[in-house]
Amino acid sequence: METPVLEVKHLKKYFKTPAGQLHAVDDVNFTIEKGHTLGVVGESGCGKTTLGRTILRLLEPTSGEIYFNGEDITKAKKDRMKAIRRQMQLIFQDPYASLNPRMSVAEIIKEPMIVNKMYPTKAELDKRVQELMEVVGLAPRLMNTYPHEMDGGRRQRVGIARALATNPEFIVCDEPVSALDVSIQAQILNLMMDLQEEKQLSYLFITHDLSVVKHISTEIAVMYLGQCVEKAPTAELFENPLHPYTKALLSAIPAIDITQRGKEMELLTGEVHSPVNPVNYCRFHSRCKFACEACKEHEYELKEVSPGHFCACPMCGSLE
Amino acid sequence: MSNKLLEIKNISAEYRTDDGVSKVLNDVTLSLGNGETLGLVGETGAGKTTTALAIMGLLPKRTGFITNGSIEFAEEGNLLEKNEEIMKAIRGHRISMIFQDPMTSLNPVIRVGEQIKESFKVHMPDLSDEDMEKKVDEILEMVGIPAARKREYPHQFSGGMKQRVVIAMALSCEPQLLIADEPTTALDVTIQAQVLHMMDNLKKKLNTSMILITHDLGIVSQNCEKVAVMYAGSIIESGTAEEIFLNEDHHPYTIGLFGSIPDLKKQTRRLSPIDGLMPDPMDLPSGCVFHPRCPKCMEICKNEVPESVSMGGEHQIKCHLFKEVE
Amino acid sequence: MKKQNNQDNNGAFKSRSQWASIWMRLKKNRMAMVGMFLLIAMILIAVFADLIADYDTLAIGQDQSIRMQGPSGDHWFGTDQFGRDVLARIIHGSRISLSMSIIAMSIAVAIGAIIGAIAGYYGGTVDNILMRIMDILLAIPPMLMSISIVAALGQSMVNLLIALAIAYIPVFARVIRSSILSIKDQEFIEAARSCGSSNKRIIFKHIVPNAIGPIIVQATLAMGATILIIASLSFMGLGVKPPEPEWGTMLYEGRDFLKQAPYLVLFPGGAITLAVISLNLLGDGLRDALDPRLRN
Repeated sequence: METPVLEVKHLKKYFKTPAGQLHAVDDVNFTIEKGHTLGVVGESGCGKTTLGRTILRLLEPTSGEIYFNGEDITKAKKDRMKAIRRQMQLIFQDPYASLNPRMSVAEIIKEPMIVNKMYPTKAELDKRVQELMEVVGLAPRLMNTYPHEMDGGRRQRVGIARALATNPEFIVCDEPVSALDVSIQAQILNLMMDLQEEKQLSYLFITHDLSVVKHISTEIAVMYLGQCVEKAPTAELFENPLHPYTKALLSAIPAIDITQRGKEMELLTGEVHSPVNPVNYCRFHSRCKFACEACKEHEYELKEVSPGHFCACPMCGSLE
Repeated sequence: MSNKLLEIKNISAEYRTDDGVSKVLNDVTLSLGNGETLGLVGETGAGKTTTALAIMGLLPKRTGFITNGSIEFAEEGNLLEKNEEIMKAIRGHRISMIFQDPMTSLNPVIRVGEQIKESFKVHMPDLSDEDMEKKVDEILEMVGIPAARKREYPHQFSGGMKQRVVIAMALSCEPQLLIADEPTTALDVTIQAQVLHMMDNLKKKLNTSMILITHDLGIVSQNCEKVAVMYAGSIIESGTAEEIFLNEDHHPYTIGLFGSIPDLKKQTRRLSPIDGLMPDPMDLPSGCVFHPRCPKCMEICKNEVPESVSMGGEHQIKCHLFKEVE
Repeated sequence: MKKQNNQDNNGAFKSRSQWASIWMRLKKNRMAMVGMFLLIAMILIAVFADLIADYDTLAIGQDQSIRMQGPSGDHWFGTDQFGRDVLARIIHGSRISLSMSIIAMSIAVAIGAIIGAIAGYYGGTVDNILMRIMDILLAIPPMLMSISIVAALGQSMVNLLIALAIAYIPVFARVIRSSILSIKDQEFIEAARSCGSSNKRIIFKHIVPNAIGPIIVQATLAMGATILIIASLSFMGLGVKPPEPEWGTMLYEGRDFLKQAPYLVLFPGGAITLAVISLNLLGDGLRDALDPRLRN
């Protein structure tokens, strides 16, 4: 088998807070094959953004290993890391905050190529910028416009062009469409999927929107308070969700189908556990309707329930 | 009909600035019955919030102008002819509004209970202090917050809880009309489900009518009886939820809107969104506002503004593709 | 087909550099251009002062026969109590007043920006140490600071420059640090880091240009103040030594004759005002030009 583009093992990222250790990412494992997309779903504060940043080593992991094309990048030195970063890029959620307001579109897209000294002359740079703009569907006349003069969709295209500038193999997409209107969102999603096909890109797609993640991902990991509670191929997860949290999440999406109106929703109750010094048993315990004392005797473990389908519910399989 | 609560007729509004005139509402007609929920759907800049502000009489004073039409509310008559004093009494008491961001709607340095009490002080000054406190407790319990928490400050509440407080404030005087502008957009899905569920129950209990402004068609299909789709300041399609979600015939924009949403049931490789962007309200296209992006654009669309065509029942479409059914 | 303004003859689009677009925006701002014109004119006058009016005979040469004469055809701005031509003194005075304040402020901005940027960007201990030092300096008013530095180092032009610069460094360090704090956590900084930019590049290419606005306004305002500080120091005998002409000194000297010869105050005062106004106009324009969001 080919080496996966990315393999993450026992990745942990803790932050120090006055109240104690905040477990933002706690023992996360996964692999992404070439040309595939792993969707990471979870609600605000579940650590999905921290996960993305830690994988790119924008944040230093507390412990664990990150293998990029077989190389453990957590041990890479500064210069090596700079070379690796060309291969791993990031697309941001907020197309407003993620572009430097003082730089024109061309300057923004050029920046990674200048930093990595990829093209010696200005003419070559300009040509490459134009190519990239065409790839993401931006008219070349927009070169000298500034981010504030563009709408959200166009800005996000600039962000994507910047991420593509260094010809990366792997891109972390942190909620790239959440800030956009549905019709623009669809345009961007189509673009990202076309690019993936064309360039055999691998994505780590972080989002809170289940319908988007279903559309774009080959595999999905559901995160809750820093831990991955369920992981399965996309179709399997939607057809056969096992973890009570995944079920609640799926049931909470308002269906477009009007005939489903009035169906009973699985409303979650209870308060979310704090990610600061969390409990050592199932972290969903406080909101889970199946929670029982027995749950507290099990430590977190992601078990393979059926081939490729992992679930961390201690009672998994015995619930109905 | 006698149980009409709100009747908006042919409202047009514009913002006048140094850069030019923005036609933000063009001939908007809407009606809402007692106890009904209307879903106002559209993308950013479609004029949803402006419609809400026009009803509340809260368009920016120096730049916002209503150029045409009327807004009839209950037995009050045309709200556009009311002076500021009367509107103040109506706002918050009979028509309330909830904004998208619960974080900015609450004053961070005033206790939650005090903030709710404030609206009683304004609209029901005759109540004694104890009665007010009692009402605050009641209303908090109603939105699912223990009354004991009224002594806390907004930062001690989670996002969902804050939005509940905001809803409690809006409902405190039992308004006849509640305008909710993207009330759950800032919330997580599981919290959104809770809040929507609660709003639905409260609405039934108090028999409040509601205008729910959202871009999420799922929310509309699950929570609204009526739907109006807005595009570039116009309502291009309206009807009951069943008509919008089940009928065959639709405005091309509505079709594009539905095509943009990844379906949880079906697996499609590509989405089929509408190309292009919403037009600049300072420079609206002639004829049908949607024609530059419309896949079915005809010659007539470029020149003539389409009339509303009744498709039977309450279903109305503003498009040249359709002819009146007899 | 109409050619886009950023298209070259072969129809290929060319990107415009940051400085070129800043200059384009500045050119459109009429008030800023007026300010710049005035400033350049004053600088030219300062440079070519000797050609316009002879230093030895007119500016410092005393002639008791023409004491305290009002403005006339021979002496446009009149003469002072020693019979020196006021216009010539203003022209020669601009050399000291203008150059001193511009150089002093440039030094202060440069050093202050570096200190503030480092403190704001790295935070933590570095920030604490640097800013506490700045606080100590800031606790002393610029005037007092300059006086004590000049008094300690001895009276000379260079020392005066050093004194003024040091007095203003903490002001600029503070301002730039606070704007950097608000910028450094934004996503575009993270974007820069994720494509491998060095800290130096992030600070000077991404953070400083976004933080420069308030600094420029502050600097142009401070330049006006420095002209006055130089004047005060000269008055106390710590700055420019008489008979060398200097705007502030002229102002102080003319003060004694306010009733009989108001023009002795009026003209140097006018020169200071004009310098400050043109600096402010240019500063405002620069701030706007540096921020593409304010472009119209």
